[in-house]
Amino acid sequence: MADKDLQVREKQELQTEAEHTRPGLVFTPTVDIFESEQEITVLADMPGVASDGVTIDLHNNELKISGEVEPQGSETERYLLREYDTGRFHRHFTISDRIDQSRISASMKDGVLRLVLPKAEKAKPRRIEVKAE
Amino acid sequence: MAVIRWKPGFFGWHRDPFSEMDRLRREMDRIAGAFAGGRGIAPGAGVFPALNMSEDDHNLYVRAELPGVAPENIEITTKENNLILKGERKIAAEGEKVSYHRRERDAGKFRRIISLPTRVDAEKVTAVCKNGVLTVILPKAAEAKPRQIAVESQ
Repeated sequence: MADKDLQVREKQELQTEAEHTRPGLVFTPTVDIFESEQEITVLADMPGVASDGVTIDLHNNELKISGEVEPQGSETERYLLREYDTGRFHRHFTISDRIDQSRISASMKDGVLRLVLPKAEKAKPRRIEVKAE
Repeated sequence: MAVIRWKPGFFGWHRDPFSEMDRLRREMDRIAGAFAGGRGIAPGAGVFPALNMSEDDHNLYVRAELPGVAPENIEITTKENNLILKGERKIAAEGEKVSYHRRERDAGKFRRIISLPTRVDAEKVTAVCKNGVLTVILPKAAEAKPRQIAVESQ
């Protein structure tokens, strides 16, 4: 996997049932979601989003991630080539497990959000012993 | 029938190559615009990363979105009016105990070359990576900067 060349992927614009109330483009970040016995981890690519620009909302098993971006470049610049657009990021998921809301942690590094959602005690799998008779 | 403009040239009549080129270019721009949904986005070079390039009076700016690429894994070189971006995006393994719900993020290497529209001062090129957005600032060479010419009255 490490020797593979990266391919260009067009940024996906968000398709929502709700209408946007603010102008500007909204994109869906690409994500990795994985879980271990203890927690669910979400990694989301949100280039241009600073750590204070991230909003995470978990309500009734509905997880919403949003990121605000600063404009790239200043007003005085003129575009010569434009291969990508910029805009906010938004994506939402349903989480089936019970999450311990008090221990959720999130960090941003190089434009990647790492969100750790620890499972509540109840949701952790219990190993059921099968007794031989 | 195609209508082609003819112009009297120095050696008689011949087709004007410049107006023909101009027409072709406009046609290409129109097609490119239609592909991108009319948002003014170029169809791209098919090479990672997608780039935006802009200019002001003093500098050229080349930007790329490289989330998760550590600055030490990006290599920038200029060579005869070309800018070369090389690098690698590494995604650390999360261990064998995890199972994936989604896996959309890619890891891998990239190499892209882009030719610059003006001459730049290669000694003074700077690059910053902030929140996963790379900005390369290329100061224009003195001869490429716009010069204002004052008109004197007599």
